[in-house]
Amino acid sequence: MNREDFPILESGIVYFDNGATTLKPKCVIDSMVDYYTNYPSNAHRGDYKISLKASSEYELAREKLKDFINAETKEEIVFTSGSTESLNMIVNGYFKYFLKENDEVLITKAEHASNILPWYELENEIGIKVNYIPLTKDHTISLENVKNSITDKTKVISIAHISNVIGDVRPLKEIISYAHEKGILVVVDAAQSVGHINVDVKDLDIDFMAMSAHKMCGPTGIGALYAKYDLLDKIKPYKYGGGMNVAFTDPKNIQYMDLPTKLEAGTQNIAGVIGFGKAIDYINEIGIDNIEEYTDNLKKYLVDRLKEINNINIYNENIEGSTLTFNIDKVFAQDTAIYLDKYNICVRSGEHCAKKLDDELGIKNTVRVSLYFYNNKEDIDKLVDALKNDKILEESIGI
Amino acid sequence: MDNNLKRTIILENYEKPFHKGLTNDESYIKGNKNSQTCIDNFDIQLKVNNNIIEDIRFDGEACAIATSSMSISISKLIGKTIEEALNIIENYEKMINEEEYDKDLLEELIVYEDIYKQPSRKKCATLGIEGIKDLIKNAK
Ligand SMILES: Cc1ncc(COP(=O)(O)O)c(C=O)c1O
Repeated sequence: MNREDFPILESGIVYFDNGATTLKPKCVIDSMVDYYTNYPSNAHRGDYKISLKASSEYELAREKLKDFINAETKEEIVFTSGSTESLNMIVNGYFKYFLKENDEVLITKAEHASNILPWYELENEIGIKVNYIPLTKDHTISLENVKNSITDKTKVISIAHISNVIGDVRPLKEIISYAHEKGILVVVDAAQSVGHINVDVKDLDIDFMAMSAHKMCGPTGIGALYAKYDLLDKIKPYKYGGGMNVAFTDPKNIQYMDLPTKLEAGTQNIAGVIGFGKAIDYINEIGIDNIEEYTDNLKKYLVDRLKEINNINIYNENIEGSTLTFNIDKVFAQDTAIYLDKYNICVRSGEHCAKKLDDELGIKNTVRVSLYFYNNKEDIDKLVDALKNDKILEESIGI
Repeated sequence: MDNNLKRTIILENYEKPFHKGLTNDESYIKGNKNSQTCIDNFDIQLKVNNNIIEDIRFDGEACAIATSSMSISISKLIGKTIEEALNIIENYEKMINEEEYDKDLLEELIVYEDIYKQPSRKKCATLGIEGIKDLIKNAK
């Protein structure tokens, strides 16, 4: 649906790498060009009209995101450069000060590097222990496995809402409610879920959450950190400077601003925030439930059609959602991707930033197709036609 | 060499690579070569005796171009003196970089003579042989 909103689709490409980043609709691009063209001033610091407009558009985007994820107040939303920065702020600004040696954090082997490496570094730094919730045979998380992994040392569970390789939607509500009974905090990496399925932080009772605008029709290099107010307020800034202070005279006399500004030091990515706000409007217009239903159905069609190919291995056909991971027999994943590029079909090959997942899948490199609402059956037909070829390997060589 | 023959040689070497699988023999020196930007990754073993390359072995996961060029490089370099091997490698690098090179010296390795037309695959065609070169330099 809505293909006409995406200028790049006119070129005829088939874009299946939405897990990496989504395409940008014209309205989002225009909103950023409008900022740079018509009111390109700093936010929060001018007394003149165009600066006031920049400030109000910036804050309006915060309001939109607050409503979009159903946060309690807009002060619970901090703009960051994306999920990676948000997760690093959560780990290094909060947990570094509240965890002790031998405290345990539970993650899974299907997490993205951005939800593993900050924890590994914290283990190296202060001696916490990173443990893994075992995955089921479908590579998903079950509440039972979570329960069995919790010990009296477990202080935090940090998992993606939707995994970027398998594409399963984790049963967050059950996990979080059980975790809270045990006094465990939950960090949610929502890079793949916000803008794809309905995410309601209050209903799910999420403690901390990381998001990226570029995976939901927004610009790159902008995202957000959500946390419940009291938790967010305890995050220690790691950037100090302009914009986030009220007054200072000497090291003993510094006053910082309140949330969310105290965590947004320096001139912000104003165009990015405005584009992010526009992306939220755009998704709201289409309707998040429509997006979810549409991509779920499209994945079913994708699975059905791919099964016509006899030398294919699909690793997650039973998983609802928008991601499908496969290999063609005897063809290296990257060769398949290079081959498909000759037909202007964009897919991702490799480990998808989930380098620990090899241990579970028993296979290192795969090809990933990740769908979004502007994909259609015709895209899938083109993919299937291209893959119905005994000479994929030969043609991928390009000689 | 015509493109059909080139493709056949590449595919044969990808599907049945020469000397794939590592040995436990302690007299080999070992190394790893991986690409930071794509997913190719090789473990390599080298045995040098009296300045002659007696054996090279490898293992790992990589694309068709990387695997086949590793396989062909190994079959080409075994039995050569260190100086001969380094000379072949130097000429191979020149070919990949579109410089003047000695075609006769490279024999089968010229199947990659046109790889420069696909810039993103130049590193696939050189990963293995660069790994071997690192090991030869260590052995010297
Ligand atoms: C599950 C998951 N977490 C985190 C990230 C990191 O997002 P960003 O690169 O926008 O910081 C990604 C992006 O690939 C992701 O898929």
